[in-house]
Amino acid sequence: MCTIVPISLSIGANRIVPTVSIPHPLGNPELSPEAEKALRRELVERALKALSTPVDGQTVFNK
Amino acid sequence: MAYRVIHYINQFFAGIGGEEKADVAPEVREGVVGPGMALKGALGNEAEIVATFICGDNHFANNMEAVSAQVVEAARKYRADALIAGPAFNAGRYGTACASVCAAVKNALDIPVVTALYRENPGVDLFRKEIPIVEAADSARGMGKAVPALARVLLKQLKGEALGAPAEEGLLEKGIRQNMFYEQPGAERAVSMLIKKLKGEPFVTEYAMPVFDRVTPRPPVADMRTARIALVTSGGIVPFGNPDHIAASSAQNFGQYDITGVTDLLQGKYQTAHGGYDQTYANQDPDRVLPVDVLRDLEKEGAIGSLHPVFYSTVGNGTAVAKAKSFGIEIGKRLKDAQVQAVILTST
Amino acid sequence: MNLELHKIAIRKLEWGPRTGARDHVLTINKEELVSLLLEDPALRKVEAELAHPGDSVRILPCKDAVEPRCKLEGPGEVFPGWIGDVETVGQGKTLVLEGAAVLTTGRLVAPQEGIVDMSGPGAEYTPFSKTCNVVLVFEPVEGVELHELEAVYRRAGFRAAHYLAACCKADKPDTVESYAFPPMTEAMSAFPGLPKVAYLYMLQSQGLLHDTWVYGVDAKKILPTMISPTEVMDGAIISGNCVSACDKNSTYTHVNNPVIKSLYAHHGKDINFVGVIITNENVTLADKKRSSSYAVKLARMLGVDGLVISEEGFGNPDADLIMNCWKAERAGIKTVLITDEYAGRDGSSQSLADSCPEGNACVTAGNANEVIVLPPMQKVIGEPATADVIAGGFFGSLREDGSMEVELQAIMGATSELGFNRIGGRTL
Repeated sequence: MCTIVPISLSIGANRIVPTVSIPHPLGNPELSPEAEKALRRELVERALKALSTPVDGQTVFNK
Repeated sequence: MAYRVIHYINQFFAGIGGEEKADVAPEVREGVVGPGMALKGALGNEAEIVATFICGDNHFANNMEAVSAQVVEAARKYRADALIAGPAFNAGRYGTACASVCAAVKNALDIPVVTALYRENPGVDLFRKEIPIVEAADSARGMGKAVPALARVLLKQLKGEALGAPAEEGLLEKGIRQNMFYEQPGAERAVSMLIKKLKGEPFVTEYAMPVFDRVTPRPPVADMRTARIALVTSGGIVPFGNPDHIAASSAQNFGQYDITGVTDLLQGKYQTAHGGYDQTYANQDPDRVLPVDVLRDLEKEGAIGSLHPVFYSTVGNGTAVAKAKSFGIEIGKRLKDAQVQAVILTST
Repeated sequence: MNLELHKIAIRKLEWGPRTGARDHVLTINKEELVSLLLEDPALRKVEAELAHPGDSVRILPCKDAVEPRCKLEGPGEVFPGWIGDVETVGQGKTLVLEGAAVLTTGRLVAPQEGIVDMSGPGAEYTPFSKTCNVVLVFEPVEGVELHELEAVYRRAGFRAAHYLAACCKADKPDTVESYAFPPMTEAMSAFPGLPKVAYLYMLQSQGLLHDTWVYGVDAKKILPTMISPTEVMDGAIISGNCVSACDKNSTYTHVNNPVIKSLYAHHGKDINFVGVIITNENVTLADKKRSSSYAVKLARMLGVDGLVISEEGFGNPDADLIMNCWKAERAGIKTVLITDEYAGRDGSSQSLADSCPEGNACVTAGNANEVIVLPPMQKVIGEPATADVIAGGFFGSLREDGSMEVELQAIMGATSELGFNRIGGRTL
């Protein structure tokens, strides 16, 4: 899970989930605590989906 | 007085035989054998090949440590000031043997060594950082070019002269970056380089763009509801106070932290040790970097089998790839031993 | 736009009753300087010390370095948005106390602050061992929030630098340099046959101690834009004390930007230097994409043949650098990149975090991971214990005898990606 996807692609990661921002990849301090946690959950669920999906090369999970 | 050199060659170049003789055991002959003749000419009066160590390629491959020790012993016995191995061109076993004995002699006796290999010889990647390797052609047709370069590089080292840039010396790059002071400041070098590039004139970049490893993707997790998931981060999340003293930049270690019973990373209990981003938000709520709270929820709901009770953390800021790789190997091993099925890595 | 830099060469500093320059000596009324800075209610105490090249002095944690400058003539005042109003600068006459610098230190704000050694092996690497330094040691009042504290320190450095120059307005300059920056119509038709070149100037913009300011605007909030090189000389771009000490562009190196200096030196001879484009290095991917595309679009609107691109910092900004590079090259604009390296202490790792085949012309300012031992100094200004926590230091950096083992990363300006120094790297 990373914000700067081009770097993850350059260095060879295979399952990539784009995140919010470098200082808070899994959060957004501008949101309410509830909305922020919902955002984090959505991203983590996407990571779990990526881990459950077969890939044959570098794949970015935008959804 | 001429420097005393010992020369390592295989059974083929010693004239003993080809593949059928590759098992032949080591022997030492006084004076030059095979390509040693050409080397003798190139070394002139300044250095003399006093002995030649001959070993079959398969014999070496099967007894690497023992034969390397024998070469060290022979170098001692003949009071050698230096070792030349090969040239081995693109011969894989022979090249690996040449590079290995060079490294062994250098480490044991701290005397100059050199070999000559083709760029893609497997011996190159194994030892390029440790020993000077003259770039040779892929076959013995390149002997004429390799021999004078070998002699020159060896004599320079024997006389204590610094070796120049790899391209000037005919050496393969070790792949090690070294700082140096140029004549001009960087800005002027950049403008001068751009002018050359615009004119279509040749220019030399000061750093060739990096190349990174690729790994084969792992098969997916079959059943997430029974899987044990671990969290690993390069975002520097650590217990408050940074007990393992992970550096703010160029980390030299990683930490392993037990989160049994922890359902949320709270401000004041956890923090980031990372010096490469504004720490304000991660310190306010460390879950923004390491989502323990959400994974605990998912664990409770049964969406994952369990959250591994230990997380691993380091600082990915100015941290060398080689260091990161060594951390990754060790963390991976520990996770595998703990029967973790999948890992979520977060980075900042 | 035309700017004259009136330079007084300073070779020595001393305390005295009246602030002014004479015979290359800058005399400073310490009380006047300190009381000026204490006007800021956020500062409880300010100490001022002098440090000269060759002194057995170590300064840490050093936040920023600022060259004393002020306007003699022309609209606005230096450091617009901080000292001056936000009027456009870069025209008229500016006084420069060349060879002098204000260094700011005091309680650590974040790990990006650095070390300046005035003598010994560390002095080889920092530009500020060659300047005569007025070192300001700040103590804030309790309870100032960190972002605000950084701004307090930053502003105090500018005030001191401006004060020193402003007291020398009546003193005669040793040299006068003229810089012209003509209107676009003229610039474009000048020197037919010479390739048109612009400078793409990347500014750190990632939050606390990672910010840069342009006319008082936080650079993370700008779209890439054009700036006259003469505005840069007047302090339109200032440092928010960014990234690691080695490769943050201090305010001193901004106003003395060596890329601009070299482009001027070749202007009309090998190239036609037509513009400076500033861009940022933000923390989201969308920002990085937008800024790199927009900056390259500006270069295309200028119709340039070549770009010098300088990075600030390392790690994720390498992604900005690489995007700027390939987007420009694919638009037919030839590029040279200035960066530095994080190749590990042994030099065996990849130096950059990102890569593209178009980056075939790269100048480096050296491997910041290289380790150096700094011997003890007779005097330390600041807080030596911070060596354990600044970027490039590590726990145990500070030894009992006062020596320090650090990476070059911890030394102010050591691997300046503006190409300020002669240091570079090569592959063995």
